[in-house]
Amino acid sequence: MSAGRGDERPAMGTAREQILARIRAAVGTPGADVDAAYAALPREYLRAHHDRDIADLFAERAADYRAVVERVPESGLVYAIARVLTDRAAEVAAAATPDGQPVPDAPFVMPDAPFVVPDAPFVVPDAPFVVPAGLPAEWLAELPASIALASDTPPLSAAELDQMAGVVTGCAVAIAETGTIILDHGPGQGRRALTLVPDFHLVIVRSDQVAADLADAFARLDPGRPHTLISGPSATSDIELIRVEGVHGPRNLHVLLVAPSR
Amino acid sequence: MRIGLFVTCLTDTLFPDTGKAVVTVLERLGHRVEFPAGQACCGQMHFNTGYRREATPMARGFVAAFGGFEAVVTPSASCAAMVREYYPALAAEAADESLARAVAQVAPRTYELSEFLADVLGVTDVGAYFPHRVTYHPSCHSLRMLRVGDAPARLLRAVRGLDLVDLPDAESCCGFGGTFAVKNPDVSAAICADKVAAIRQTGAEVVCAADNSCLMHIGGSLTRQRSGVATMHLAEILARTEDAP
Amino acid sequence: MTPPETAGQHAGPATAGPHPETVGQHPAAGGPHPGMPTYLGMPSFPVAARTAVADSQLRRNLAHATHTIRAKRAGAVGELADWQELRAAAKAIKDHTLANLDTYLIRLEENVTRAGGHVHWAQDAAEANAIVAGLVRAAGADRVVKVKSMATQETGLNEALAADGIGALETDLAELIVQLGHDLPSHILVPAIHRNRAEIREIFRREMPDAPDDLTDEPRMLAAAARSHLRQAFLSAKVGVSGANFAIAETGSLVVVESEGNGRMCVTLPQTLISVVGIEKILPTWRDLEVFLALLPRSSTAERMNPYTSVWTGVTPGDGPSDFHLVLLDNGRTTALADQVGRQALRCIRCSACLNVCPVYERVGGHAYGSPYPGPIGAIISPQLRGVTSEVDASLPYASTLCGACYDVCPVAINIPEALVYLRGKVVDAKRDKHLSPERAVFGVSGRVLRSPRLLAAAQRAGYLGGRLVGRSGRIRRLPPPLSAWTETRDAPAPPRESFRAWWARTRGTGR
Repeated sequence: MSAGRGDERPAMGTAREQILARIRAAVGTPGADVDAAYAALPREYLRAHHDRDIADLFAERAADYRAVVERVPESGLVYAIARVLTDRAAEVAAAATPDGQPVPDAPFVMPDAPFVVPDAPFVVPDAPFVVPAGLPAEWLAELPASIALASDTPPLSAAELDQMAGVVTGCAVAIAETGTIILDHGPGQGRRALTLVPDFHLVIVRSDQVAADLADAFARLDPGRPHTLISGPSATSDIELIRVEGVHGPRNLHVLLVAPSR
Repeated sequence: MRIGLFVTCLTDTLFPDTGKAVVTVLERLGHRVEFPAGQACCGQMHFNTGYRREATPMARGFVAAFGGFEAVVTPSASCAAMVREYYPALAAEAADESLARAVAQVAPRTYELSEFLADVLGVTDVGAYFPHRVTYHPSCHSLRMLRVGDAPARLLRAVRGLDLVDLPDAESCCGFGGTFAVKNPDVSAAICADKVAAIRQTGAEVVCAADNSCLMHIGGSLTRQRSGVATMHLAEILARTEDAP
Repeated sequence: MTPPETAGQHAGPATAGPHPETVGQHPAAGGPHPGMPTYLGMPSFPVAARTAVADSQLRRNLAHATHTIRAKRAGAVGELADWQELRAAAKAIKDHTLANLDTYLIRLEENVTRAGGHVHWAQDAAEANAIVAGLVRAAGADRVVKVKSMATQETGLNEALAADGIGALETDLAELIVQLGHDLPSHILVPAIHRNRAEIREIFRREMPDAPDDLTDEPRMLAAAARSHLRQAFLSAKVGVSGANFAIAETGSLVVVESEGNGRMCVTLPQTLISVVGIEKILPTWRDLEVFLALLPRSSTAERMNPYTSVWTGVTPGDGPSDFHLVLLDNGRTTALADQVGRQALRCIRCSACLNVCPVYERVGGHAYGSPYPGPIGAIISPQLRGVTSEVDASLPYASTLCGACYDVCPVAINIPEALVYLRGKVVDAKRDKHLSPERAVFGVSGRVLRSPRLLAAAQRAGYLGGRLVGRSGRIRRLPPPLSAWTETRDAPAPPRESFRAWWARTRGTGR
C-alpha cells in the first residue's frame, strides 16, 4: 500500500528531515512549552480500583487466568517450592520417552483441561530445572537430590532450554487488579528466554511486591530494564473465537504467593 | 410556552399525520404552537452525503425561520441532532459569522419531541390512551447523539392501556442510515432483516420510534413481508386519547 | 487498472461447502508471486458487500464472533467505574502527542539510540520495505519470523521481502492461517475470523508439511499443530520483525501486547530485531502506560489484561537481540495529521472494539473494505492514508449508517461518525470539477428545492400527482432508478393527498 506520492523525492533532506518538516507543517509550532502542556493534561481516573486486601485480590485474579496460585506462609515457602518442583518432575518423567528421543507419530500428550494445547512427548525424563543467577539459594534448600538443576551461566542455547523441565524465578512486581506478574529480568528472574521457552514456570511473589493497580506497579519499575508482563498462560481465540491455552510460551504457570511472616 | 414546530421535510411531505399529532399533544398541554412557513429542510441529507456547502443555505433558512421562539420542537431526533451537533461546524466552514451567531441562539433551544416533553417540560403523562401492544425502537440519533435516554419509554409507559414490550437488541441500528439505504442497499437490507425479526418476535401490533426515517425503512420491510405489524411515530401514539382514538 | 479476480473474497452465492480458493493476483502487479493477494484495484465497498452479505458461512462466523466479544467487552469495561475518565485522559494524551509529534519523535530517537538501538525513518511503504530488506540481508539471513504487525501489512512487507528472496513466516496463529490460505486478513484482532475450524484444518493439511495426518479440527489440536510447526522456526530464527503497540518517547521503550507468546518469541530469541512502527504509536512517558494498558486489553480481547506484554528499550546485553532497529513509518500519517478533523483517526490504538459493534462490519466482514484496516476505523483511516481517488477509498466513508456505536466504544474517543461525514465531504469535493454525475445533479436540484419553502411546496403538489405509482395495497412496490434500490427490499410509502404545510395553511389560515 503505497502512499500514492509522485516519483520525485525532494532534492534536499533525508527521510527524517522530510517527515519532521511535514509534521511541523501539519501542526504548526507549539505555543506553549511541551512539558508544561503535558503536565496539565486531565487525569481524573483512579490510581487504584480496589483498596481491600490486595494480596487476596491478586491471588483471585491470577487464578482467573488458570494459573495455579498457592498462598504459603514465609516459613512454608521452601517446602512448597520443593513440592511443586518434585510434582512437576514426576509429570515430566511420566510423559517422557525412555531415551529422550522424539518418537515418530507418537500421539499428542493430552492435558486434562480440554482447552489446553497438547504437545509431542519427547521431554528428557530427568530434565533439569533452570535456576537463574541471583535466585535466593535458601529457596532450594529442601529440594531432593533427585531434582536436577541447570544454571544459565554460560547461557543455555534455545534448543537446550526447550528440553528443560521448567524454570523457577522471583518477580519484580505483581498487579492485583489484573492478576499480572511483572518480571524485570533482574537477579533471580533470568533473561527473557528463560521464562519463555521451558514449558513450566514457577514464580515466587512476595506479598509486599503486590501493587494495587497499574499506576503503582509502573511507578515501581525501572524503564531502562526489559520487562515481561504475564497474565496467565498464553492463549489464542483465533479459531472461531474459542479460547485455547498454551499456544507458545509456558503452558504451566505456578504461582507461590508468600504471606508476610507475623 | 411559544413553540416553533419544525416539522422536517420528510414528515411534511410523506407523514403529515405525525406533524398534526405533535401539534395536538403540545396544544393539549396548553402551549401555543406555531408553524413558521419559511421553514424547509435542515440540510441533513445533503450534509451527511458530503454535499456540505449545499446544506449551508438550508441552515440559514432554519435559523431565519426559528429565531425568536422559546423552543423549537421537532419530531425527528436526527434533525435535532443535525441542528445542535453540526450547525456550528457548518457555519464555521462557511466562515459566516452571522450564521454562527444565529446558530448559537437557536440550536440550544432546538429539541426532539420526547426530550422536550420529558426533560424540558418535565411531563411524562400527556393524557394519552392507546390500548395496544407496542414495542419501541430507539433511533441511533436519539440514543447516541441526543442521548434522550429513557424519555420515550417513560412517555410510553404513561399511556393508558398501552402494553409496552421490550425489543430484543433494541440498541442495534435499523440499517437506514440516510442515503446509505440506497448506496449500500444490500447491507441496509441485511441489517433491517434482523431488526424486523426482533420486532416480530415481540408479538407487538405496532413498532414505534421517534424518527420517521427509521419507521419508513422498517415499515417498508414489514409491509413487504405482509407481517401485519404497523409503524407509528411516538407523537401519533401520544396524540391518541379515549375521545380521539 | 482492472481489478483482480475475487481478491481475498468469498465469491458466489452462499454455499454449504468449503469456499473457492482466493486467487487474488493481478497479472500486471508485477513479480512472480502466485497466490499473494493485493489490495490494488479492489472493487468499491457496495460491490464487495453485495457478495459478502450473501455468504452464509461468513455471516454466521461474523455474527457469532461479534456478538460474543461485544458482551465480553461490556463486562470487562463495566468493572472499571472510571472508564470515561480513562478515555478522556487517553484522548488528551494522544491529542497532545500528535500536536507535538516532532518533539516526541526526536526524544524517542535519542533514547532508543542511547540504549543501543538504531532508528530509521521511512516516508512511505517502499522506503520502509527497502530498509527492512537491507537490514535482513546485512544480518546474513534469508528469512524472518514475524509477529503480527498492521504496519507491515499496510506496507506489503512480506511481498516486498519475497521479491528480494527473503521468506517471512507469520507466527500469529490467525496470520499464519491467512498466510497459508493465500488470503487476506479480515479483522484487526482476529484476522482469520472468516474461517471456521474445518477450513483451517484443510489449510493446515494442505500447506503444513509437518501437520499430522490425523489432524482433527478441534481448535486445540489445530493450535497444537501451529505450535509444533512454529517452534523450530522460533528457536532457530536469526531475524525477527515486529510492530509495536506503543513507543515511549521518554525512555525509548517499545511495547508489544499479545496473547499467544509468539511475540515474545520474535522479540527475544533472534539476534536481530526490526520493529516497524507508525509514527502515531508514540506516547510521551512511561507513566502513560497506566492509562493505555488499562484501556487496550479490555477493549480488544475483553480481558483485564492480555497474557503477555513485552517491553524493551534498545538492547540489553546478554538478554535478547544484540541488534535492534526501529523503523518509523509515515506512509500518509502526516497527511492525516494535517487535517484538523481527520487527525483524530491517528489516536487509534488498534483495539478493534469498533469493528465488533459495527452493524455494517458484522454483515460483511473485513475483506469488503479493501484495506488492511477494515471496519469503522478503516473507513476513516484508509481514505486518509491512501487518498480518496480510488473507487474503493471513495466508497469507504459511505460504508456506514452513522449509527455511532463505534464512537461509544472507542477507548480514545475518536468521533468516527463526524470523521466519516467529513470525509464524505472530501470525496464529493474531489469530484466537483469533474463531469456532472447523476448523483451530483440530483443533489444539486434537490438542494435548491429543499432550501426553498416555495419550491418544496410546489414539489409536494407535483409529487402527489405521481400517485399512480401507488399500488392497491396503498404502498409503492417499485420505484424507478435511482431509487429502485429502495424498493428491491422494501415498500415505499404512498404520498399523502396533502402535505403538513398545506394542511396547516388550509386549517389554520396562515402562511401560503
